Amino acid sequence: MTQTELPFPGLPNGLSGVPTADAPQNRKEFASDQEVRWCPGCGDYAVLAAVQGFLPDLGLKRENIVFVSGIGCAARFPYYLDTYGMHSIHGRAPAIATGLATTRGDLSVWVVTGDGDALSIGGNHLIHALRRNVNMTILLFNNRIYGLTKGQYSPTSELGKVTKSTPMGSLDNPFNPISLALGAEGTFIARTIDSDRKHLTSVLSAAAAHRGTSLVEIYQNCPIFNDGAFDAVKDPETKQDAIIPLVHGEPIRFGAPDEGGRGSRGVLRDPGTGELRIVDVAADGSTDGVPADALLVHDAHADDPATAFALSRLTNAGHLNQAPIGIFRQVEQSTYDDLARDQIATARGEADDVGNALSGLLHGGDTWTVV
Amino acid sequence: MTKQVKQIDRVIIRFAGDSGDGMQLTGDRFTQETASFGNDLSTLPNFPAEIRAPAGTLPGVSSFQVHFADHDILTPGDSPDVLVAMNPAALRANLADIKNGATIIVDSHDFTSRNLKRAGYGENPLESGSLAEYAVHAFDLTGMTVEAVKHFGLSRKDAGRAKNMFALGMLSWMYGRPTEPTTDFLERRFAKVPDIRDANVTAFRAGWNFGETTESFVVQYEVKPATMAAGTYRNITGNLALAYGLVAGSVQSGLPLFLGSYPITPASDVLHELSKHKRFGVTTFQAEDEIAGVGAALGAAFGGALGVTTTSGPGIALKSETIGLGVMMELPLLVVDVQRGGPSTGLPTKTEQADLMQAMFGRNSEAPLPIIAPQSPADCFEVAVEAARIAVKYRTPVMLLSDGYLANGSEPWQIPDVSAMPRIDPAFATEPNHTDDKGAADFWPYLRDEDTLARPWAVPGTAGLEHRIGGLEKADGHGNISYDPTNHDFMVRTRAAKVERISTDIAPLEVDDPSGSARVLVLGWGSTYGPIGAACRQVRNQGVAVAQAHLRHLNPFPRNLGEVLKAYDAVLVPEMNLGQLSLLLRARFLVDVVGYNRVRGLPLRAAELADAITDLVEATTGSQDETSMPSADKETVR
Repeated sequence: MTQTELPFPGLPNGLSGVPTADAPQNRKEFASDQEVRWCPGCGDYAVLAAVQGFLPDLGLKRENIVFVSGIGCAARFPYYLDTYGMHSIHGRAPAIATGLATTRGDLSVWVVTGDGDALSIGGNHLIHALRRNVNMTILLFNNRIYGLTKGQYSPTSELGKVTKSTPMGSLDNPFNPISLALGAEGTFIARTIDSDRKHLTSVLSAAAAHRGTSLVEIYQNCPIFNDGAFDAVKDPETKQDAIIPLVHGEPIRFGAPDEGGRGSRGVLRDPGTGELRIVDVAADGSTDGVPADALLVHDAHADDPATAFALSRLTNAGHLNQAPIGIFRQVEQSTYDDLARDQIATARGEADDVGNALSGLLHGGDTWTVV
Repeated sequence: MTKQVKQIDRVIIRFAGDSGDGMQLTGDRFTQETASFGNDLSTLPNFPAEIRAPAGTLPGVSSFQVHFADHDILTPGDSPDVLVAMNPAALRANLADIKNGATIIVDSHDFTSRNLKRAGYGENPLESGSLAEYAVHAFDLTGMTVEAVKHFGLSRKDAGRAKNMFALGMLSWMYGRPTEPTTDFLERRFAKVPDIRDANVTAFRAGWNFGETTESFVVQYEVKPATMAAGTYRNITGNLALAYGLVAGSVQSGLPLFLGSYPITPASDVLHELSKHKRFGVTTFQAEDEIAGVGAALGAAFGGALGVTTTSGPGIALKSETIGLGVMMELPLLVVDVQRGGPSTGLPTKTEQADLMQAMFGRNSEAPLPIIAPQSPADCFEVAVEAARIAVKYRTPVMLLSDGYLANGSEPWQIPDVSAMPRIDPAFATEPNHTDDKGAADFWPYLRDEDTLARPWAVPGTAGLEHRIGGLEKADGHGNISYDPTNHDFMVRTRAAKVERISTDIAPLEVDDPSGSARVLVLGWGSTYGPIGAACRQVRNQGVAVAQAHLRHLNPFPRNLGEVLKAYDAVLVPEMNLGQLSLLLRARFLVDVVGYNRVRGLPLRAAELADAITDLVEATTGSQDETSMPSADKETVR
């Protein structure tokens, strides 16, 4: 697929407050001395390479970058980066990162999580991090399976999934992570693919630049327990029909290109019901299909998440053969950590002697003196 | 009329009424008057978990007990000398605790057939003669209050609500309490609603005047101020002292305080209090759940903050995994457990000390951490500072075990001199601590201090010390993931040794034995200090020798504890649980301690405990006479 155009509106930068490096950095400086131990062919390798390649471009002091992870295959990520890092416990990384980001506005805080970690055991922390809009970037590696525990179905596995724990098929409906995040009113919500380095990098750059909680769902192939889950969006033969690219300000078009190189299918909003439909786009001069100017123009900055939610529903819940890719939503909103630091700064006012202030606090209320 | 003034050395008063009657406020005001008068005092609020249980019913009764004296006292008292009951339910719910001959003051206004029935009375106890053993004073307090404030034009209901101030005024007269603190308080509190303000002040004064003029009361009592060490004092509850101690720990260490917490009774007041102190750089984060509360605190600790989480027993259960992560990552973290009755939801507003085992062992695998417990409401301050000191110095989560009685109970507190308080040095790592094979400087996060066994605390933002920590076992020294069997065995033992080493950094256990000849030791921990101390005094007053010691550090124990235990013929361990400290002492020291265990949701009763001590002393002396001389090591310890 082609690189999506990434909008940079007038939002406060997500990295402002983080000290910048004195000299240019390179990929090697960000690689730790630890041997990478994912299975051969794992999609995690591609994401790690993209992150190691892209972090130097941020130009931040390496010591001011922190990666926090939970539990799962992807959670080993921090060990392979020569930044500060914490490999914590199952599902809790967003909560831990919230405490860190709130107390340390000078850090660039990243959370690495998976579909089980973020959406099952840690679902509560994920939605509350999104709601609070703490300044951090969450990378959600979605392989639609439990890898580290060897192949049970996950909260994003399709209904009826036959796994070790569900020999007759899974019985629970999957989460759509983008829909969930939009329901929690996340301010930056995007989806990308492990194997598309260019798109992955561009989305990560936008996520890092966003002030607030950025959630990036990364479709990631598990070659051992769920191989091929994302073939439709990766296979050059099928991906033009499977990927619905979301580019802010552009009509949403995909499918086999017409003579002008533009997708022959598109997304139309029914003016009556507001529902989204996939339609054939009329070629120039033709009346066969929907006119191009009637297509939905993607507005990632729309305050109301309703249209972004409708777009997220164009993702298959079962076997994946169609999914919008790109930034669903990017809106400006106050962040919890900035407000928390502002309250402290306001309360502090003019710098005073905390020792005297403490003495004053302890002597508050009704006191009496015994001589 | 002129009234007789009778001197007494101490008195216990219990105010009881419906949850909506303002009994906590009444008790609190009486306490403040008493504190400013200079008596020693101790208080015990007792209220239902329901915010407003049905009016007039037994479950809706709320009470506040205050014990004050002209000498130092240790407990809120076993049995009130005076019960103020604002309705039949309050009388019925509290009567069993009152000693014969005690004074009972009731608001007869609410003794209607409907309310009597609600409280479960078949007939009116004020008329049936069932209260003959008591000195009963029944007045229409509500009616007199309404009459006194009628010119303010309040509704009858609003006017009647000032009856608690009428009662307070009456009791204030009876015990010669100063009235200015309460009138000042009412004027501040209701400054924006003049009608309510004036009605409350008027009701308070009317109550005082009624006490002075009624012929029902012929005696006014005087309890002289207690002799206290020179200094400035204030009355303080345990939760407030704890919050102040946490702020002090932050100031003394220079580390910004980060509290991650989820509301839970009886710990929430610590969250409320700390949220007021942002000017000290305190961040309070009300998390989505208990787990997120401690997780955020641990994340903040990784970033160099003084991370704190506050909760009660059920919250500790949820936080266990994260506390274990803190043990593994060896980061400072304060975990405050304000214990309440359990298991499960248990008795949310009542006290208990049954989380000791949870604190010791409530995590997967070998996950030792220091445990420390305050012994009185005011002691919560010092213990919070000590918990911060240990956490920062040894890079470890520390569990602080307060309880519901300490949290809400109060006593006078001699305010410490801040300038004399010791500093806590965070001693952050700033330089590489190791040289690699190629001669380059690098940083090993698990290279320990030889004295403390603490690992270096390098916070993000420190160049050259980038490192990764986490829940997986780390190799000694360089801290990379290690599954090596020998390394794991070494690390498990080292984490335990680090905690044990704290015993060299705390005071040895002191034993109080005025006789110098006691053969029985009473050993306690936490909030039982008051009742145990009071019981020991009662026993000693009868000429019986008994020794008392109280543990502040539960893990590690003071290094002389084994010696102390073995120096006595018998050791009694009173606890508000079924014998958790007893179990630890027996396991650790092979000493057959005797438990005294009550789990009633209330502090131990000193008188009952005194009987148990006397019984044990008699039994021990009896058996001793037939056996041997006191052992030699007993002599050396004394």
